[in-house]
Amino acid sequence: MKLDEFFVTGEPMIYAAMVSIVVASLAILIGLTYFKKWGYLWREWLTTVDHKRIGVMYIIAALLMLFRGGVDALLMRAQLAVPENGLLDAQHYNEIFTTHGVVMILFMAMPFIIGLMNVVVPLQIGARDVAFPRLNAVSFWLFFAGAMLFNISFVIGGSPDAGWTAYFPLASLEFSPTVGNNFYSISLQIAGIGTLLTGVNFIVTILKMRAPGMKLMQMPMFTWSILITSVIIVFAFPVLTVALALMMFDRMFGGQFFTMANGGMDMLWANLFWVWGHPEVYIVILPAFGIYSEIIATFSKKNLYGYKSMVASMVVISLLSFVVWAHHFYTMGHGSMVNSVFSITTMAIAVPTGVKIFNWLFTLQKGRISFTTPMLYTLAFIPIFTIGGVTGVMLAMASADYQYHNTMFLVAHFHYVLIPGTVFAVIAGFHYWFPKVFGFRLNERLGKLAFWLITIFFNVTFLPLFFLGLNGMSRRMYTYSEGSGFGPLNMVASIGAVGLALGFVVLCYNIYWSFRYAPRENVNDPWGGGRTLEWATHSPVPEYNFARTPNVKGMDAYWHSKKENQPLFEGKIEPIHMPNNSGQPFILGVIFFFLGFFLVFSWWIPSIIAGIAVIIMLAARTFERDHGRHIPVKEIMEIEEKHGGELV
Amino acid sequence: MKINPNVPLEYGTEENSNRIFGFWIFLGAEIALFSTLFAVYFTLWNRSGSGPTASEIFELKGVLVETFLLLTSSFTCGLAIHAMRHGFKKATLVFFAITLLMGLGFLGVEITEFVTYVHDGATLSTSAFLSSLFVLLGTHGLHVTMGFLWGAAIMIQIKREGFTPDTTNKSFIFSLYWHFLDVVWIFIFSFVYLKGMM
Repeated sequence: MKLDEFFVTGEPMIYAAMVSIVVASLAILIGLTYFKKWGYLWREWLTTVDHKRIGVMYIIAALLMLFRGGVDALLMRAQLAVPENGLLDAQHYNEIFTTHGVVMILFMAMPFIIGLMNVVVPLQIGARDVAFPRLNAVSFWLFFAGAMLFNISFVIGGSPDAGWTAYFPLASLEFSPTVGNNFYSISLQIAGIGTLLTGVNFIVTILKMRAPGMKLMQMPMFTWSILITSVIIVFAFPVLTVALALMMFDRMFGGQFFTMANGGMDMLWANLFWVWGHPEVYIVILPAFGIYSEIIATFSKKNLYGYKSMVASMVVISLLSFVVWAHHFYTMGHGSMVNSVFSITTMAIAVPTGVKIFNWLFTLQKGRISFTTPMLYTLAFIPIFTIGGVTGVMLAMASADYQYHNTMFLVAHFHYVLIPGTVFAVIAGFHYWFPKVFGFRLNERLGKLAFWLITIFFNVTFLPLFFLGLNGMSRRMYTYSEGSGFGPLNMVASIGAVGLALGFVVLCYNIYWSFRYAPRENVNDPWGGGRTLEWATHSPVPEYNFARTPNVKGMDAYWHSKKENQPLFEGKIEPIHMPNNSGQPFILGVIFFFLGFFLVFSWWIPSIIAGIAVIIMLAARTFERDHGRHIPVKEIMEIEEKHGGELV
Repeated sequence: MKINPNVPLEYGTEENSNRIFGFWIFLGAEIALFSTLFAVYFTLWNRSGSGPTASEIFELKGVLVETFLLLTSSFTCGLAIHAMRHGFKKATLVFFAITLLMGLGFLGVEITEFVTYVHDGATLSTSAFLSSLFVLLGTHGLHVTMGFLWGAAIMIQIKREGFTPDTTNKSFIFSLYWHFLDVVWIFIFSFVYLKGMM
């Protein structure tokens, strides 16, 4: 392969990106060396198995990817702002909407949620860590390796260009001859294994590691949502694993799964992809429902209305999520009978979702509502998400769908579901649990400013797309003629996108500002209305979470212990068993990154060497004997003393 | 390390008991994985294009040998765990050795079969049917290979350390994995080979 084929060439923007990547990497390397932070980085972060730190790393990665996906979005909106625009050519536009979709769903939404669940779930169930801390670190580094591998496709080899759905035959070697879709199949494969392991880890954690006395039907709603999400992950991700493997065989080893000749069947890909893809939608939305449930209860100072129906509706949604996949391709010719069945199952999902919406409204009713930043996002979510949901039911009607399939109407719909649903939720959860990890709250004024910018400009960006879609503008179109009349609304949407970006800039500035100037509160329950166990321990949370294991007697254990003045923590302090840090997960991630990279370019000898290195790492793990360490009572007392003396 | 004396040694610590439970859930994911591969195979098995069909390439002899080897190895794997529960180190090692050797034999026959297919012009890229066949069988074979390496590593550990919470836990989880591969093979034998030869 020649060097000019290896690097992406010929685009001034790409050259600028290369320069900025090199400059940023050099700045990080020099900065770490200058401030002598290499040892700190290795000891405290790269080798950590602490669920809170792993959660923080997930969230940092998600914010970086939000930036990357956001730049993609801005480029698309810039291209579409005026008719016949020449900013991006068709190929570049294809690559950008593909990477925007993949990055936002798999490398922004998922890790943000997994980050929050890492931080919060063990605290909410009164555990000291997840069931398998080392495996948790492996999950993170596999995700990170996959994300980085996907992102370098931007400058090396070329990005995938067949949409985030990578439909065949478009994604086949014949029609996408660059290595772009190899990056797609292999980087998603690596990240997907990490996610699957997270699912297994959290099922065991939630089912087996709850504090004594906490029954399943007394778990906080966020923990419930994560349990159900983890079950979906365990059953949906293997389908993606297979689909991506088959894609790899077709593209790199001459497989005939999705080809147009020799018996191959291109629709098989669409089915496999969406059998994973639709549950994936619920993997990112159910935790969001959990976050909103926590926030609404806390800031209404009421217990959650209809707890049991909340759990039941999530279980029903999780089951239905596996039987609706064909509604993503009604128009691809599977007949009216199949379309009707999938139409009905799809519309049925509106029922449990509606139950949840009403439960939130009833929780708000007669509550003493405080309008904090997380609460504002939650309150905005309800009406905006409902617009997304109702347009979803419109799309669910198979016969009507022929009218707006693959138009901007669809694009508007899923942004109306995913942004208020998932993005607002992770931002709300980020603000809500931030003081638990860092000991201080983000600035409320800046937080509210960001909220108003994001909410208003979100609508300015995406509402016009509904009308553009109904007027016939199809999605993934890199430009349009002036005569089509799409110009003005597109301009409005593009202005909205700039405002939305401004909102995210304020959000990031708020993080920076608060780190420098926000008052350090270091109180257990900074919002003053915490109900669940995470608010019972110190902020920031000590390494071992709880010096003594809490005794749970019912729902909302912390709230009731406060109200009824009953101690949550009893008994004497004993040495605490904790896992040791390990460099293995990080090294494994690095090896997987190189293995993936070599496979993308079909460099077999290096691939085999990297594969053997993976096996060596697995062997090192099975022969290792590491039983962790015990934190002695004296050290626990010192740490508790430092947190203000109030023993938990 | 707190060890509960009322349960078998491999379940003794909380961590180890969680490991076994976690592995069951992992096997759930494996079922989803193989189910998908079977679904792909059933979708494509009649679509042989210009290549050979199932009944033209399947031969019962090799498949019967494979089935015999793998099913027996599952039995000896059970015997190994039984011996482990009684604390018979040598018997455990012998039964594990037989298990792994049979696994190796299985792989030998499977590879020979693959070579024959390819030699007869039936390769991964011949038709959709053959692609799905090779990937389904190959995924199972890859699992057996990983199981062989894993089992061998565990045997070394038992030899070195005897029966500890670590080694018994690893052995037990390995046995779950090995039995699972056997179950998958029963489905392959019935629904790929027998159905294909009819």
